[in-house]
Amino acid sequence: MSDTTLPSASASTKPRGTSRARGESPAVQIVLIAVSLAFLLLFLLLPLVTVFVEAAAKGWEAYRAAITEPDAQAAIRLTLLVAAIAVPFNVVVGIAAAWAIAKFEFRGKDLLISLIDLPFSVSPVISGLVFVLLFGAQGYFGPWLQANDLKIVFALPGLILATVFVTFPFVARELIPHMQSLGSSDEEAAMTLGASPWRVFFSVTLPNVKWSLFYGVLLCNARAMGEFGAVAVVSGKIRGLTNTMPLHIEILYNEYMGAAAFAVASLLAGLALVTLVLKTLLEWHYGDVIAASRHH
Amino acid sequence: MTRPVFPRLLRAGLVLGAFTLCFGVVAGARAQTELLNVSYDPTRELYRDINAAFIAEWNAKNPDKKISTIRQSHGGSGAQARTVIDGLNADVVTLALAGDIDAVAERSKKLPLDWQKRLPHNSSPYTSTIVFLVRKGNPKAIKDWGDLVKPGVQIITPNPKTSGGARWNYLAAWAYAEKAFNKDEAKVRDYIGKLLANVPVLDTGARGATTTFTQRGIGDVFLSWENEAFLALKEFGADKFDIVVPSLSILAEPPVALVDANVDAKKTREQAQAYLEFLYTPKGQAIIARNFYRPRNPEAADAKDIANFPKVEMVTIDDAFGGWKKAQPTHFGDGGTFDQLYKPAR
Repeated sequence: MSDTTLPSASASTKPRGTSRARGESPAVQIVLIAVSLAFLLLFLLLPLVTVFVEAAAKGWEAYRAAITEPDAQAAIRLTLLVAAIAVPFNVVVGIAAAWAIAKFEFRGKDLLISLIDLPFSVSPVISGLVFVLLFGAQGYFGPWLQANDLKIVFALPGLILATVFVTFPFVARELIPHMQSLGSSDEEAAMTLGASPWRVFFSVTLPNVKWSLFYGVLLCNARAMGEFGAVAVVSGKIRGLTNTMPLHIEILYNEYMGAAAFAVASLLAGLALVTLVLKTLLEWHYGDVIAASRHH
Repeated sequence: MTRPVFPRLLRAGLVLGAFTLCFGVVAGARAQTELLNVSYDPTRELYRDINAAFIAEWNAKNPDKKISTIRQSHGGSGAQARTVIDGLNADVVTLALAGDIDAVAERSKKLPLDWQKRLPHNSSPYTSTIVFLVRKGNPKAIKDWGDLVKPGVQIITPNPKTSGGARWNYLAAWAYAEKAFNKDEAKVRDYIGKLLANVPVLDTGARGATTTFTQRGIGDVFLSWENEAFLALKEFGADKFDIVVPSLSILAEPPVALVDANVDAKKTREQAQAYLEFLYTPKGQAIIARNFYRPRNPEAADAKDIANFPKVEMVTIDDAFGGWKKAQPTHFGDGGTFDQLYKPAR
């Protein structure tokens, strides 16, 4: 995962990678480039452009109306709120898990790594359903929750739980290989110089992995805002209350409001593009630093 | 290694995160009375109109007990019943058929089992029926149920396990077959089996199936709620589709009910009860007819809206199938006739 996020930076600074590419004949290179470009245009760019074209189909006024409509506003707020809670949570837990795995040897480490990957391998529908089975009215904790007037599924906590579950691996998965490749010699050096464990963490470990962490956060955030399946199960689809942006888009589309659906979709796609641009900008500005801090 | 960058980045991130959090929490705080209507798929447009009219009327009469919003949740009728059973906090359920509200009553125990006797007309303020929507000019010449089993006819209908409309479709087809084959059960089963074999996809709800037929252009004939078929004509233009009225159909009674345990917990019983009763008032009935549902009291509605409804011979669920309490397990329960006769294409 982490190897693929930085192809341009690592290719330009690593002699091993470039020499291998130059070994191929020019014809092979051209074919490969043409195939990947065609694929990107057809399967990535074209659908994305369609979103924006459809969104603009009924003019600026219709677009503005679709975005400012109260249910749409509520969906946008809810999506941002869920991401604002789920992402920091996953950052903290992700760092802790990655640190434990990369820097220490303990029993059950392999099991922990597999568990971190679990949300990737489980279908999002199941990720949502388990929370209904646990916290729904007929679920294991349902009667207790009802008796104490606590709401989890079909309310904000359920949405956050499902999102955290689905987006959990992103941060940890980015950090683990990077931390492992760095080893613990820097930390040991800092310790011998008398730094406290917190100081070691904030002055040595964290700065060393900051770029991996940043990518992890970006990916985690993109998925948190875009998640559909798991959230659909625990949402209850109450408009203006538990509808996130992806769910709102589906509802609008089903109500024959295609232009409005694509208007909100363009906003969601726009958020993803911002993420992408941010990542690219950082790579341009700090390409050398990033490459230097990532030797694997 | 450019150490200063990170703390700055971190601080900016934290501030941004905290800001978003506060914004969201403040925006989320509300106090006024809200009702939640958990409904089935095609009623979105109907309840948008009903809710606006009811809130205006109620708030004018009860300035001390104002309703701020009536929230809506829509989906396949069976799926919606399931979410209410799982704890979705509905004040009222307005589903596609009595069987789904029965399921809510039995499993969640949040409303009495005899809920259907509490409001007039089996708690169904409007009815509908099942018609065929075909492509303009009816290229496959589909006139009646018998034409559906011809080879090469693609039928769109949602999944009866999750969709109420699909169950009405299924029973309407069954009723036709019983009449056509003189109650010869083997022939009826053979007919239904052939019909299901012509269905390429089963969507979970009526609206998803409508989208499949109208927007994705899949299928030759769409077995549809009458109201959904009229809506499709209105949305896409009468030059795209035709409505075909079969020789026999079924009287679909989509019922409404108060979810007692929820309204008592939320202290919204009075408003929720008035909301359901509003559906039976002349004003409510007129809105119902305007949205292509058949009102119980046609005199209250605009004559122009009433003239839209074609005359169809209809069987009722009680006469032809012994009510939902019997029809549900026989046909749609685990191992029921649908399970026996539906063989997904391999």
